[in-house]
Amino acid sequence: MKPGTRLKSAADDTEVMVIRTGGGTIECGGAPMAEAKPAEPAPLSPDFSAGTLMGKRYVDAAGQYELLCVKPGKGSLSVDGVALVVKDAKPLPASD
Amino acid sequence: MNISLLLEMAAEAAPDRIGLVCDGKRWTYAELLSAARGAFELIEQSGAQYVALLDESSEAAVIALFGAALAGVPYCPLNYRLADTDLAALLARIAPALVVGDEERVSRIADDQGHTVYSREEFVLKAQETVPEAADREYDPGEGVAVQLFTSGTTAAPKAAILRHSNLLGYILGSVEFGSADEDDAALVVVPPYHIAGISALMSSIYAGRRIVMLPAFSPEGWLKLVADEKVTNAFVVPTMLGRIIAELEKTPTDVGSLRAIAYGGGKMPVEVIQKALALFPHTGFTNAYGLTETSSTIALLGPDDHRAALASDDPKVRARLGSLGQPLPTVEIEVRDEDGRVLGPGEAGEIYVRGDQVSGEYKDKSALVEGGWFPTRDAGYMDEDGYIFLSGRADDVIVRGGENMSPGEIEDVLLAHPAIADACACAVPSIEWGEAVGVALVVRQGHLEPAEDEIKELIRVRLRSSRVPDKVAFVPELPYNEMGKLLRREVKKILGC
Repeated sequence: MKPGTRLKSAADDTEVMVIRTGGGTIECGGAPMAEAKPAEPAPLSPDFSAGTLMGKRYVDAAGQYELLCVKPGKGSLSVDGVALVVKDAKPLPASD
Repeated sequence: MNISLLLEMAAEAAPDRIGLVCDGKRWTYAELLSAARGAFELIEQSGAQYVALLDESSEAAVIALFGAALAGVPYCPLNYRLADTDLAALLARIAPALVVGDEERVSRIADDQGHTVYSREEFVLKAQETVPEAADREYDPGEGVAVQLFTSGTTAAPKAAILRHSNLLGYILGSVEFGSADEDDAALVVVPPYHIAGISALMSSIYAGRRIVMLPAFSPEGWLKLVADEKVTNAFVVPTMLGRIIAELEKTPTDVGSLRAIAYGGGKMPVEVIQKALALFPHTGFTNAYGLTETSSTIALLGPDDHRAALASDDPKVRARLGSLGQPLPTVEIEVRDEDGRVLGPGEAGEIYVRGDQVSGEYKDKSALVEGGWFPTRDAGYMDEDGYIFLSGRADDVIVRGGENMSPGEIEDVLLAHPAIADACACAVPSIEWGEAVGVALVVRQGHLEPAEDEIKELIRVRLRSSRVPDKVAFVPELPYNEMGKLLRREVKKILGC
């Protein structure tokens, strides 16, 4: 899985771009994400339905994973069952 | 991933927000995306391998940039100030292209090159009218080149610098937070469309959700008027423009209270100018952005807090930072190396090297990257102990005037064609207005009379263009060469009194 890959949720509309990744399974709505949507949508887990917001970055505690949400949805992101959190944005001054 | 993602996300999150204002016309993000998709169809139909813009800034630049991205062909804006011969040569290098802008000129100088040419108005109209062939049209995945810019090096022929989607996205995603602009924010874009900053400004503003306010041709009065009329909050200028804006403001005080942030770059900022600016714009944050075409623009910056701290400080080390390029962006690595490639320590001067996702260093025919993916910038400088970078000139001999790179070879070729000139050397001389300007040292051919300075200047103005006309002309009995026959330009600089 290389950075720049676009992953789609099997359970809802959420799509993310991989900025950084480790070797674990990236999930949304409790189901593994993949480059293509499955024929049948997976059930949306109530434990992972907090929603994913457009343009926000989602990270794990160790800083190994970073996903950019490029399409919002009802599901929320996790890696190997552990929920990701919104990254603290420390914006740089505009430079162009 | 394709840079079109930037516009797609903006259009999805805020389709009806105004994303662009140009000559009074207002465009929403949804309208811009729709026009880009229409442009995709035009590009596909034409069979063009490039999309070129030969025009001042307008909505056509945005539509062409993203239309080309969707189509998977490089967007190649051209410098309309070039002489016909030089422009025709560049057009030949990108043929067949879909060219938007000066159709009269293209048909006059490049009629047989197989280009599909549109006037700006026709391109914009057709892009709006043309609908995608299918709702699920397949657009380019973005693994290739998004932008190609011709840039001057030491020798005469411009190099084709290429920027991949991955480089540009690396820069934008690494330095801008999505939708971070307030709804009323507006960015004044006045840098020419063929300058890397003119392209990155479009992408940054769209991704931040900041309305772009375009000023196609710079004048200090026009700039100040637009700032007031559109309540512009952000602007990017090259140092020469800031100097002229300050002069105009001192003459005619104008309300610039809406301006929260001014960024500048593209050339060396004279310290006197930035000090004056800090005084005239007390509520505006200033950012010095250092970057190159080959690095997708900014790789280091000196932010607003650093500017004010430097101005207010008694510590000479902190004060000196006002003349620095600031610190590297968190997403790149910067080193200073000597001629043998050895990494130097704080305070030691050498050449600035940079590495990161946004760094391309690629040209059409070769890469300038060295081992480990490092790019030699050809800029000379050093870092202090806190990582602030200071520039000390060019490691090569390119002259940087008003943010524009000029090759000495190009100027020397023209001079050497004069029957009375036996030898010529062009180099940079300091200039308050431009940072650097052109200086030439000439050797008169035996048996000929020394040409008048005005004649030399006119020759260059006609054959190249006015920006290449030397500020300083000196006649010398001979030029300095080393034992290998290499022209010692550094010695010529001394002769010209720099």
